[in-house]
Amino acid sequence: MTIETIAKNSTLNIQKLRQDFPILSKKVNGKPLVYLDNGATAQKPKQVIDAISNYYQTQNANVHRGVHQLSIEITVAYENARTTVQKHLNAAFSKEIIFTSGTTESINLVANSFGKKYIKAGDEIIISEMEHHSNILPWQMLCEEKGAVLKIIPINEKGELLIDEYKKLLCGKTKIVAVTHISNTLGTINPVKEIIALAHEKNIPVLIDGAQALPHIKVDLQDLDADFYCFGAHKIFGPSGVGILYGKEKWLNEMPPYKVGGGTIKTVTFEKTEYADLPLKFEAGTPNIEGGIGLAAAIDYVNEIGLENIGAYECELLEYATKKLSAVEGLRIIGTAKEKASVISFVIEEVHPLDVGTILDKQGIAVRTGHHCTQPLMEHFGIPGTIRASLVFYNTKEEIDVLVNGIQKAIKMLK
Amino acid sequence: MSIEEIENEIVEEFELFGDDWEGKYEHLIDLGKHLPLIDKQYKTDDRLINGCQSKVWLHSELKDEKVVFTADSDAIITKGIVALMIRVISGHTTDEIINAQLKFINKVGLIEHLSPTRSNGLVSMIKQMKLDALAYKQLKTLN
Repeated sequence: MTIETIAKNSTLNIQKLRQDFPILSKKVNGKPLVYLDNGATAQKPKQVIDAISNYYQTQNANVHRGVHQLSIEITVAYENARTTVQKHLNAAFSKEIIFTSGTTESINLVANSFGKKYIKAGDEIIISEMEHHSNILPWQMLCEEKGAVLKIIPINEKGELLIDEYKKLLCGKTKIVAVTHISNTLGTINPVKEIIALAHEKNIPVLIDGAQALPHIKVDLQDLDADFYCFGAHKIFGPSGVGILYGKEKWLNEMPPYKVGGGTIKTVTFEKTEYADLPLKFEAGTPNIEGGIGLAAAIDYVNEIGLENIGAYECELLEYATKKLSAVEGLRIIGTAKEKASVISFVIEEVHPLDVGTILDKQGIAVRTGHHCTQPLMEHFGIPGTIRASLVFYNTKEEIDVLVNGIQKAIKMLK
Repeated sequence: MSIEEIENEIVEEFELFGDDWEGKYEHLIDLGKHLPLIDKQYKTDDRLINGCQSKVWLHSELKDEKVVFTADSDAIITKGIVALMIRVISGHTTDEIINAQLKFINKVGLIEHLSPTRSNGLVSMIKQMKLDALAYKQLKTLN
């Protein structure tokens, strides 16, 4: 199928959109780049690159500090970026949007700060079997420090959470639930609204790891009623090194600062410090200003295309890729949830994922291989790792054909 | 043959392929299939090399003053790389192994194309082989 016919079938002009991403016209190992590693990080449109470049060329100053014009202007721009994030997620207040360095830091912030205040020996924290290490280790470390217990929601063979088992885990000892919105390895879209509602029946707060969700689906925080929501900018076509922690005001007000330093205070004496109000209480030091500006540009870009259009096209891509990949002899898809984003993990009989990834790379095809920072999940499926193709709106059916041919070649060489 | 002579032999072998990546990798895969396999009893977790996305087991023995290596891996391209390393290093004295420069790695025009996960594994593998040689040398001094 040609790019033109895809464009006709979908409301998006993919060929035109691809032109926004300079890197997509690059050649790798002498072949046109087929970038299918968007789950690791997405490519950046020139709108984002220009916003960052423009910041350094015309806007650079420190935020929240100066009285001079440049500082005032960039402070306004940076706070506007916060509001862009707030509106995109439909959060109640912009002060509930905390800039961090990424999803990992956002989760660490909550585990440390919430943990310090609310977790004690014997308490329980619920996560799931499909979590990324970033949503396991901070809680595991907290449990070890406090003598709390980590409880795990199991999954079925399709890679879906067992909600009945989750209900059984929720109890008086549970202090927080931390679950991923979309599995980075399986693509499963978890029923987070239901997960949150069930926890809230027992007054237990819920943190959602949204790292993989933002590029694919519309997130409405007030509708979900999430207590905490985390994501990184780089997976939604924004820059790396910046991310967001959303937290309900009532929690963030109660929680102690996680890192302290410049910008987080009202008054400091050697005897006592009074900390600033939200959101600055959690934003010590000069922030990643260009990161915030770049993130806002990325969100504007995504909204211009429309997440509904993106969702419809990605659904089409996922269906096509699933059909094509399933037809490859000896290939088994890992993660076949009913609700699934355009992330496809698979294994191939008698060949190691790393070998397949190497041969694909020689053909200009970028995929991820390995355990995807989800070792417990690999253990569940009894496999050393998978090959993962994670697709976004700029990928095409032609690229999926290139992938399938590449896999056939790899199998022929490796077996 | 000395370590350097074997290295040169490998460089010449790979030069024949020129820019033909398929040929190079097919050769590497073929070498992997002929790797001197580790005895089952030694294929244990304590013989796993760290730093590799695939599993690599490495075992060494001292035979007639020479260090002899056997290995295995669950990935075939990795096995090919291990086979190359063993072909160069195995069957030499401890001093020869400790002092080996291993310049062939860059010269075969192969390693730079390997993913960091593979090259990290390769670095760990070389380190382990040299450490084994060093351990045998130390043991000899003690005896």
